[in-house]
Amino acid sequence: MFRFLLRRLALTVPTFLALMFVTFMMIRLVPGDPIEVRRGERGISPERLAELRHEMGLDQPILKQFADYAWGLLHGDFGVSIITKNPVLQEFLTLFPATVELSICALLFAILIGVPAGVIAASRRGGVYDQSLMGLALTGYSMPIFWWGLILILVMSNTLGLTPVSGRVDLINYYYPSVTGFMLIDSLLSGEKGAFLDAVRHLILPTIVLGTVPLAVIARMTRSSMLEVLEEDYVRTARAKGLAPYRVIGIHALRNALIPVVTVIGLSVGSLLAGAVLTETIFSWPGVGKWLIESIGRRDYPALQGGIMLISSIVIVVNLLVDLTYGLINPRIRHAR
Amino acid sequence: MSLLEIQNLTVEFKTGSGWFRAVDGVSFTVDAREVLAIVGESGSGKSVSMLAVMGLLPWTAKVTADRMHFEGRDLLGMGKAERRKIIGKDIAMIFQEPMSSLNPCFKVGYQLTEALKTHMNMDKAQRNARAVELLRQVGIPAPETRLNSYPHQLSGGMNQRVMIAMAISCNPKLLIADEPTTALDVTIQAQILDLLLKIQRDTGMGLVLITHSMGVVAETAERVSVQYAGQKVEEQPVKGLFKDPHHPYTAALLAALPERAHMKRLPSIPGMVPGQFDRPQGCLFSPRCAYATQLCRTQVPPQQKDLGNALCHYPLKDGVALGHPGKEKAA
Repeated sequence: MFRFLLRRLALTVPTFLALMFVTFMMIRLVPGDPIEVRRGERGISPERLAELRHEMGLDQPILKQFADYAWGLLHGDFGVSIITKNPVLQEFLTLFPATVELSICALLFAILIGVPAGVIAASRRGGVYDQSLMGLALTGYSMPIFWWGLILILVMSNTLGLTPVSGRVDLINYYYPSVTGFMLIDSLLSGEKGAFLDAVRHLILPTIVLGTVPLAVIARMTRSSMLEVLEEDYVRTARAKGLAPYRVIGIHALRNALIPVVTVIGLSVGSLLAGAVLTETIFSWPGVGKWLIESIGRRDYPALQGGIMLISSIVIVVNLLVDLTYGLINPRIRHAR
Repeated sequence: MSLLEIQNLTVEFKTGSGWFRAVDGVSFTVDAREVLAIVGESGSGKSVSMLAVMGLLPWTAKVTADRMHFEGRDLLGMGKAERRKIIGKDIAMIFQEPMSSLNPCFKVGYQLTEALKTHMNMDKAQRNARAVELLRQVGIPAPETRLNSYPHQLSGGMNQRVMIAMAISCNPKLLIADEPTTALDVTIQAQILDLLLKIQRDTGMGLVLITHSMGVVAETAERVSVQYAGQKVEEQPVKGLFKDPHHPYTAALLAALPERAHMKRLPSIPGMVPGQFDRPQGCLFSPRCAYATQLCRTQVPPQQKDLGNALCHYPLKDGVALGHPGKEKAA
């Protein structure tokens, strides 16, 4: 088990290096640099420009810059944001809980609806429910996030007035210190009346928007995996015992059908964090996604680079964890190690 | 009253090109304490007719029967929930592939006690005690530790023993064994058959043994029903069947037994069981039958009441085809 972990971790090192190199180069392919973006309409003298560039090390050969950055990263130094002058790691950690909160809610939304929907569709294969559900799933999967978000804001917030348009909590009515960074927990801790409900109301739309694509993927995967498993001999054995259909489908079949679904859930963590970039921008959600978009606009090289590296390491770790959970579901894998 | 009574059972499957008839007007009865063997090639509808009794066919199947009674209760007429109280308790079934018939995700003990939990009024300790007792009964060593094994940690023969233990856990009155030894090694085959027969003798349950091996039939059964292409072509007590088969198909099957062969080459039946698209007009066996005439090819054969219900125009008696015009005219 321990050796398996070590081997998997060792495999991530080349991935990580390649990722670092590619993002480093890509960021610098965007026209303009941090100083040009900031100089404003009045301009800046060429001497001052060169001086500032020298200060930030931007006049160095690009490979030298990369080597310096990699050396820093190796020592746990993510650099300092060019704009705010705060350490990148600190900025990331301040904003990250907001993204995690949103992602967890979206993933729960996707799993709690997607898995049952897929199971029901599979057990009523070919019926009206199955066909309409899979049609909806295909629609959800193909839906552009930004468009879907805007439509929901228009209908739910603007026309019906059910949910707030943006942000995490109504700051005019509720103010309390951030303890954990998770608004749902902080609002409960604050003890302010109505604060928790307000936080929930703020979460609804972003959760739906971010969860739609994973929901569609999970529902479709669960359905096809279930259809396969329902044909298996052991499902027939379970029915031959005279078990009620919910036990046959919900216990005997589902446990086996979940194995590929867990893979998909793990993979969707990556797309969740990517989707968070758009969703956070639409809903002015103060998380790392919105921060990354702003950093692109400011050509804040260290912030961008650090943010991408941190997010990708999280995705790698999550995928590793998903691999480990296979053993929990499937005893054949557990014993093979 | 018979334990299981089936009259004119027909099973059809909906396919992309219409209905396919897998079982065609089959009738038989099983009594308590009796071993009935159902013999036939692959595709002769043996398993399907038994799965129809269990209610385990997929949703594409349509089951009709004039009568399908278990202990006098109409299986087809009753509701699904009511039928589930009989299935797994009074009628149990074991299958061909022990390795894939047990759920790979659950321990043997869990799967073994599940039927007890559903049908019997037992608490957890009683169920576990019963599970140990069952495993011991089917000859599994160290049953207490085996309860915590997963199916992939046991051999095929062991898994089939677990399947048998599972099937007899609620003391069924009828056990259906669908080719229980086909997937196993030859040495294990005999052990499993002996075990099934011993349990049958000890408990007095009825046993339906589906097989394609005449050798297994000779060793185990009391009565034999021979099926071909979804139809029952003959039924006889085992002794009579081996001594004097009445249907040419039964005779050909027996002639193909290695023990009976007296030529250098083992005799075989040419051709294959007809499928959905090459179903003959008259007798279904006529394309492969050595005795077939024009009559056989065009007219559905009658059931010969006195000769084992043989479905044949020219039933055999002591090796002679009664009423047959002779080989020359047949061609």
